[in-house]
Amino acid sequence: MNLLEHAGKSLLAVAGINVPQGYVCRNLDEVAVAAEALGPCVVKAQVPAGRRGKAGGIRLADNIEEAVAAAEQVFDMVIGGHVVRELLVEQQVEIVEEIYVALVNDPETKGPMLLFSAEGGMEVEDLVRERPETLLRLPVDIRDGMGQVPLERGVSQLIQILYLLFIEADAELLEINPLVRTVDGELVALDCKLAFDDSSAWRQPDLVEISEPERLTALEARARDMGLRYIELDGDVGILANGAGLTMTTMDAVTHYGGRPANFLEIGGDAYTRAKDALSLVLSNPRVKSLLVNFCGAFARTDVMTEGLLAAWDEVPDDMPVFFTIHGTGDEEAIAMIRDRLGMEPFELMDDAVVAAVEAAR
Amino acid sequence: MIVGGNETVLVQGMTGRQGTFWTGRMREYGTGIIGGVNPKKAGTRHIGLPVWGSAVEAAGDVAIDATVLFIPPQGVKAAALDALAAGIRKLVILTEHVPVHDVMWVLAAAREAGAQVIGPNTAGIVTAGESFVGFMPASNPRIFRSGTVGVISRSGSLGTFVCLRLCQAGLGISHFIGIGGDPVTGTTTLDAVRILDADEHTEAIAIVGEIGGSMEEAAAEYVSTMTKPVAAFIAGAAAPEGRRMGHAGAIVVGGKGSFASKRRALERAGVRVVPTPAGIPDALQL
Repeated sequence: MNLLEHAGKSLLAVAGINVPQGYVCRNLDEVAVAAEALGPCVVKAQVPAGRRGKAGGIRLADNIEEAVAAAEQVFDMVIGGHVVRELLVEQQVEIVEEIYVALVNDPETKGPMLLFSAEGGMEVEDLVRERPETLLRLPVDIRDGMGQVPLERGVSQLIQILYLLFIEADAELLEINPLVRTVDGELVALDCKLAFDDSSAWRQPDLVEISEPERLTALEARARDMGLRYIELDGDVGILANGAGLTMTTMDAVTHYGGRPANFLEIGGDAYTRAKDALSLVLSNPRVKSLLVNFCGAFARTDVMTEGLLAAWDEVPDDMPVFFTIHGTGDEEAIAMIRDRLGMEPFELMDDAVVAAVEAAR
Repeated sequence: MIVGGNETVLVQGMTGRQGTFWTGRMREYGTGIIGGVNPKKAGTRHIGLPVWGSAVEAAGDVAIDATVLFIPPQGVKAAALDALAAGIRKLVILTEHVPVHDVMWVLAAAREAGAQVIGPNTAGIVTAGESFVGFMPASNPRIFRSGTVGVISRSGSLGTFVCLRLCQAGLGISHFIGIGGDPVTGTTTLDAVRILDADEHTEAIAIVGEIGGSMEEAAAEYVSTMTKPVAAFIAGAAAPEGRRMGHAGAIVVGGKGSFASKRRALERAGVRVVPTPAGIPDALQL
C-alpha cells in the first residue's frame, strides 16, 4: 500500500525530520488561503505515481494569484492514471544541495538496503544507469538495525531516524528525493515516498487508515469485498484458474493463441474453496463470450473447486461455450463430476482448451 | 534445497486442518515425518505421531534434519526462530502473506545458523519417488513420475502443471523446488539452479519464472556457464503493468521485473524461453 506524499511527510515530521510547512488543499479557495499563509510556494499534485514534475504536476508560485492559477491547471490532471483530487501547497525552500536517500527490502542480500547519493533530484533508475558509482548501497542486518553510517553527521542521524520509521511502518520503500540542504544549513525532506507491505496490514491499522486506496473497478471492488483478487482486463475470454502463476499462464496462453483475456482472478491460497463466488464474478463481466476453466491442484484441491463451480452453474448462460482442463490433487473426482453432472469432457492439454476457448469467443 | 528420503522431518503446525491433511500425504509418500509441534498440545499424540511444545523440545528427543511450517503468517517468525534455535538446518515455509520484515529477520538468523530456508509462500519440494515436503500432488504418477528433469518454480499450481506437462511428454522429474512467490525468499532461482546443476540425478532443468523482481536475471549469468540443458517459461507476459498478479512479488513497476527483461537475460544465457508451458519438453532437447 502506498502513502501519498503529504501523509508520508506527516510521519517524517512526527519522527523529527524537517519538512516544508504546507497544507493539503482540495479546492481553489483552500489553495488561496494556503498561499496567503505561506508566501512563495510550490503546488504539488498528490497522486501515487512517480515523475509528477515531468508530467507538469509540480509548479512554483510566487503569490496567491500564481498559486491559484497553477492549482487550476493541476487539479483534474491525470498523472500515471490517477486523477489529481488533492494538492499539497508548500513553502518554497532555498536549496544549496540535493541528496537522494532511500531504504528498500533487497531480495539479493535478503535484508534492508540503504541507498544514498549525494546527487539527488533525479530518478534513481536514471542515476544508477548513467553513473552507478555515485550510488552508495549499504546492506543492513535487520536484527542489528542501522548502525553508524559513513556519512556526514547530520545525514547519518537523519538516516537513523528514517530507518526506525522504515521498520515501524513495515515499509517496502521509504525514499526521500530530494533531501535538500537549505541556505541555513538545515536538512529538509522535499518529497517522501512510502510504500508498506500489504502482508503487514494486520499490524499497521493506522497506516492502512491513511494509505491511498487502490482504485478499483466496480467488479474489482466487489471481488475485494468477497476476499478475492480480481483484475478486470479488456478481453472476452473469461478465465477461472487457480493459483497466481497458473492464472497468469492461462492469460498468457490466451494471448499467445490470438485471444484476449477478460480477467485475472486469484483463487489460490485458502480461497480455492470459493469457486462459486469466483465463477459468478467472471460471469458478471458482460464482455465475456467464452469461459475457460483451468485447474491444476497442488495445495488447492480440484475436486473442491469443481464442487464450488457446480454450485454456481445455474448462473452460466445457456449459450456460453465452456472449456475445462483439470489436473492435480483430486482431479479424478473432479473430472468424474464434470462428466456426470454436465456431460462434458475436460481437455487433456491446456493449450487445446485455450485454443478452443479463443475460437469460441471470435 | 532438497530433502532426501532418509531425512527426518518435523511438522510445525501439524495439528491444524491443513497440517493434518498434508502430514498424512507426506507419510504415505515415504517422507520421514517424526512428529509435530503445537505449544497447546505438548505431550499428546496426533494421527499417531508425537506432539511437542516447541521445535527445541522436539530436538531434545529426536534428531531432526528438516522442518515444515503450516503456521499462520502472524506466527511464522517465532516458529522459524524456534526451529533455528533447535539446530534444524532446513526450513520449508509454506505460509503465504508473511510480512517481509519478518522474512528478512528469519533469513538473517538462518544465515548465521548456517541453515537453508525455502519459501515463504512455497508449495514445497519433491524428490520424485522418494519424499516430498509441503503441499504437492507428489503421489499422482501422471504429474511426478520419477525421472531426470529438475523443475524450479515460483508458483505451486504452475509448477505442478509443468511437471504434468513433462510427464505427458514422456519425461520424468528428479526434483521439484518451489521457491515461492514472495519478493524476498530464502532460496532464489539462482540457488535452486546451482543445487540442481550439482545434482547427479538431474540431467536438465526447467525454470518456471514469473514477472516481478530480478531472480531470473540473477540466475541467467550462472546458467550461461552450465552444460546441462535449461528451458524456461516466464509467466505474466500478458499482465498489465503496475498491478500485483496474485503473488506479492509478481508486479512490474516502471519496466522493472518485466517479461521482456527476463526473457532477454535468459536467452542471452542460451536458455530456450517458450511461450506456453507446452513447449518446455521440446525445448529441453532430451
